[in-house]
Amino acid sequence: MIYRETGNFVTDYMRDREIFPMKFDKIMVVLGLLFLYLYVPTTSEYMLSAHVIPILAVGLAVVGLNILTGITGQLSLGSAGFMCVGAFGTFNLMLRLPEWLMSLPVALMISGIFAGLVGVIFGLPAIRIKGFYLLVSTLAAQYFVWWFFNSFTYFINYEASGVVAVPPKMYDYWGIGNFLGIDMQGYSPRYILALTIVIGLTYFAKNLLRSTTGRNFMSVRDRDIAASVMGISVPKTKLLAFFISCFYCGVAGGMYSFLYIGNVDLMIYEVDRSFTILFMLIIGGLGSISGSWLGAIFVYEFPILFTWVGDVIFGGAFNTAVVENVSNMVYGVFIIALLIREPGGFAALWATTKQKLRMWPYPH
Amino acid sequence: MGFDWVYLIEVLLGGLMSGVMYSLVAIGFVLIYKSSGIFNFAQGTMLLFASLTFVKMTENGIDFWTALFIAAGVMVIFGVAIERYMMRPLANQDLLALFMATVGLATFQEGFSQFIWDSDIHGLQMNKFLDLQLLDSAPIFVVEHIPWLDILLPKFDIFASLVAGSLIVVLAFFFQKTKTGLSLRAVSDDHMAAMAVGIPLQTVWAIVWAVTGIIALVAGLLWAERVSVSFTLIEAVMKALPVILIGGLTSIPGAIIGGLVIGVGEKLGEIYLGDAMGGQGIELWFAYFMALMFLVFRPQGMFGEKFIERV
Repeated sequence: MIYRETGNFVTDYMRDREIFPMKFDKIMVVLGLLFLYLYVPTTSEYMLSAHVIPILAVGLAVVGLNILTGITGQLSLGSAGFMCVGAFGTFNLMLRLPEWLMSLPVALMISGIFAGLVGVIFGLPAIRIKGFYLLVSTLAAQYFVWWFFNSFTYFINYEASGVVAVPPKMYDYWGIGNFLGIDMQGYSPRYILALTIVIGLTYFAKNLLRSTTGRNFMSVRDRDIAASVMGISVPKTKLLAFFISCFYCGVAGGMYSFLYIGNVDLMIYEVDRSFTILFMLIIGGLGSISGSWLGAIFVYEFPILFTWVGDVIFGGAFNTAVVENVSNMVYGVFIIALLIREPGGFAALWATTKQKLRMWPYPH
Repeated sequence: MGFDWVYLIEVLLGGLMSGVMYSLVAIGFVLIYKSSGIFNFAQGTMLLFASLTFVKMTENGIDFWTALFIAAGVMVIFGVAIERYMMRPLANQDLLALFMATVGLATFQEGFSQFIWDSDIHGLQMNKFLDLQLLDSAPIFVVEHIPWLDILLPKFDIFASLVAGSLIVVLAFFFQKTKTGLSLRAVSDDHMAAMAVGIPLQTVWAIVWAVTGIIALVAGLLWAERVSVSFTLIEAVMKALPVILIGGLTSIPGAIIGGLVIGVGEKLGEIYLGDAMGGQGIELWFAYFMALMFLVFRPQGMFGEKFIERV
């Protein structure tokens, strides 16, 4: 009734290839953008700092991993390592280059390129190694990067504790100070920056999938020998996928450290985080960009929600260890159940819902 | 002073011993991968669960053999349950989905084992239960037997190697000489063909998971004696990963030799390269680098099956 193709007439080829072909979609996108840009920054600081910004950062890493694992079919457990490169890259760019040259958004992008290059180096073995064996390469990246930043304290400016706080004036990269009563060093401008980066890169990813490059990625995933027979350079495609994916992870890492946590700390980029990101990807659905976001939101919010519900029902009768263990159990069972019921993840559920909406109210 | 050969030998032996520990974890991996093509990430938490079950029972006054027996029983039940409630509904799915399911299983097991037992760190001292000379804490002074070899050998490491060795012999016998072993090998060769000649796939999988559970118990106890029973046991899985990848995912001898290679290489790397690399703890990634170098030249691992690709 609401969601119909009816009345959307395509009159030329450009319109046929639009990213949002339906009028309803366009309206929803505009409304969504208005909501994200105008309403969300006015919600509480807690909401932004503890929920929205971390989801934006981690979700971007999931999109990055999706390009590599979901679309090009190269299994990776090194996402946290590449995020780490991004975070430390941003830190060093901001620290070592003069202030007039470097601002936070630029540093984030450049360190994303660093991370991409590191990704290409560790992606080189992918030319020969396939399947689960490729885990060894990305895990080597994960452990090596971690060890590297742990041993060479130059990169953390010889800080003995290994943690450096981000000076708040970095957030006010245009030097505005106070604009219409909004503190430029506060969370709302940080959120706007994160959101802009995320929307830009998500749009890029979404478009990438519809381009020749994206189709090459997919053909390498589906059958790499067939792809090479068709004249696609498999090594080049794989390395490009590694670069783009790790670029996303790097930017996400910079965002995570700078916009969310507010300090550069190696400890948050251990291998567990790589697994969390892979979880988000699988739960969201491999190969689907919107699924990546759904997965990121779910996995990030689940433990928080679970603890909260537990608190409300049992009123803190159990200690945190018990809650964490039960949360782990429920979570594990949920993942297995989801994989059994809907291996396509949330993206598949979303597609089903869309289809149902299209048919409603006559389901046949 | 020339090159310290004796020290080198000591390092080598130490590496071999820790390699044995890796192999023990790796065997569990390989068994599951061979029989069902699943990369079982839950191996580490199975170690934790098995050894925690055992330790908690002995702490509550159950004697060694009974506790061992009950823990093995629990692992068998667990293995059968995994087959029934996880593997069977997931049959014929994408390998990545199956891998993620085992990660889900690991998460579940991590919570479960610490929920029903506890998340404290438990020490395990087997010499309290077993009156074996080999479980003495005093090391062997090899110099007393071979005058020119002035090194120490921890007795426990020898014990661990013996246990690992006998486990491998038992497994080899089980695989090569029993009828169940034959069907396991058939299934690992080709699921469809095995089913076509009437091998019950589900029973075979249940057996494999149960056997893996028992191996996890043995490996868990040995690891626990070396370190302790705690959360860190889960990380054994990350140690075992390069081992199976070097050895080839489908080969039990590969798992053992891979374990030894990684164990020795790690120790040598740490001692002779560690300082040159300007930092401690290169063990962490060195194993992965070795595996990587190895795989670039032989993508299917040492004894893995060669890939045959068709379009």
